[in-house]
Amino acid sequence: MISAENLVKRYGGFAAVDGISFEVAAGESFGLLGPNGAGKSTTMRMIGGVTQRTSGRLTIMGLDPERQGPEVRAHLGVVPQQDNLDEELRVRDNLIVYGRYFGLPLAYLRQRADELLAFAQLEEKAAAKVDSLSGGMKRRLTIARSLVNEPRILLLDEPTTGLDPQARHILWDRLFRLKEQGVTLVVTTHYMDEAEQLCDRIIVVDKGRIMAEGSPAALIREHSSREVLEVRFGAERNAAVVRRLEDVGERIEALPDRLLVYTDDGERSLERIRASGLHPLTSLVRRASLEDVFLRLTGRSLVD
Amino acid sequence: MTEVGAGRLRAHGPEVSAARARRWGSFYFAEHQLRSMRAYLLTIVVTSVGNPLLYLFSMGIGLAAIVDRRVVGGFDGVGYLAYSAPALLVSSAVMTCAIEMMFPVMDGFKWRRIYYGPHVTPLAPRQLAAGHIMAVGARLAVQSAAFFLIMLAFGAAPAGSAWLLVPLGVATGMAFGAPVMAYAARLEKENFQFSLIQRFVVMPLFLFSGTFYPLETMPAAMQWIGWVSPLWHGNQLGRAVSYGLAEPPWLVAVHIAYLALLGAVGIAWAGRNYTRRLGA
Repeated sequence: MISAENLVKRYGGFAAVDGISFEVAAGESFGLLGPNGAGKSTTMRMIGGVTQRTSGRLTIMGLDPERQGPEVRAHLGVVPQQDNLDEELRVRDNLIVYGRYFGLPLAYLRQRADELLAFAQLEEKAAAKVDSLSGGMKRRLTIARSLVNEPRILLLDEPTTGLDPQARHILWDRLFRLKEQGVTLVVTTHYMDEAEQLCDRIIVVDKGRIMAEGSPAALIREHSSREVLEVRFGAERNAAVVRRLEDVGERIEALPDRLLVYTDDGERSLERIRASGLHPLTSLVRRASLEDVFLRLTGRSLVD
Repeated sequence: MTEVGAGRLRAHGPEVSAARARRWGSFYFAEHQLRSMRAYLLTIVVTSVGNPLLYLFSMGIGLAAIVDRRVVGGFDGVGYLAYSAPALLVSSAVMTCAIEMMFPVMDGFKWRRIYYGPHVTPLAPRQLAAGHIMAVGARLAVQSAAFFLIMLAFGAAPAGSAWLLVPLGVATGMAFGAPVMAYAARLEKENFQFSLIQRFVVMPLFLFSGTFYPLETMPAAMQWIGWVSPLWHGNQLGRAVSYGLAEPPWLVAVHIAYLALLGAVGIAWAGRNYTRRLGA
């Protein structure tokens, strides 16, 4: 569906995207995970044919977005990072007006708007002004809007950034349904939980380059232990304690506020720490996540 | 994305969408803009009807009562009402167009970013510019038609060709508005530039473009304002069609050419700036 080869985007001397290659298959849910400024959105904009690449090869459904922009965009549904609904129009009219951009007839759009309002759980808001909606509702409306042309590929740029946990879960549920219907999802996110929830396969991107690629589970297996023990000894002491913990886990990562001990059995490691006479102020055992993968690969945390 | 039921309509394929957008995209965006105008439809109606009434009563009747008594033979052989009315129609089209080419453009690019919605659909940036111009043109046509009908009611449009004031209002509006639109599309931040344009460009043009009295009555040193002002050219053409002001044919040609040139350059420049700003 999407094929990128050695994709580069430079702004002056700065390479926002610096040689990225990937393929996305039909029905797959593909994620670009990385911190802000990693080049994810730029990549999305190139796929959507609204930013021209500096070099490399890129095709969407066999089409070149640079030369066949309207044709490529006609295949896509796009959910931008920042909502850009028309707040002067009513909720339902936003869907209809958007559908007109694809030349869709009003008879179809009236029916489609009702379907999409149901899908987005916004039926009661159909006649409301957009500015009366909550952040989560606006986001759902933006997603509904992107589906008006029944796209086979949906591009989602940071779909849940800025939403509260409940709104995020509703959104994930909706996106999961689309995936079940066979829609190809391309998601950028700097949230590891989002990538784990939504994506079959991800690329970890940092500074415009791919650091790793695989399914979330495989990446965790490959780059992290099964569990992570987080211990805090207080900001002053964390660094000093590191040396004494060296043989407790497979690896230790010292963050400013806590130590991460990578281990296959967090509880046992914690017992060993206590047995050695050290008493952390707080401790937490959790499953390893993509955050740990990112930390391992880049030495930095995803959300700074 | 519910179940596909019996009788459910399906979207046409992407190829059809792209082909239609390439052909009709500007109209699709114009349609959106016209729908948005419904939100302030009342304002549009009130200004379209109220402005001419106010102007014609105050200038055409109030001021005319004094002027017609003093000026023997009237202006160009007609009363002050008939003299000033076509220019007032053209002026109000220019003022409306200026506003429609500033704030909504900034709204599209920056304030509410509504251009970025259609931007990721098959529409091209140039089509957004064209669609906006069409929608504003439609508004100017409605407004000028209302003004014209009220002029008729006042008996202020004696010539049979006076209906040409309607397309003339649109053309003069665009001759001023399209370059303003191109400028607004380049503006990263609105630091009162729009108010400055209204106060120090639109207003002086309104006052010194032969709207209320012939340009020749101004000191020679100020007459250039009229020559460069699309409003003066529009005003003179308006008088020609409304009551048969006898302009030499070469000057009529200059009026038309000047308005056409400004409009065409403005539209081309705006299209380019939209493409530059939105990319692709």
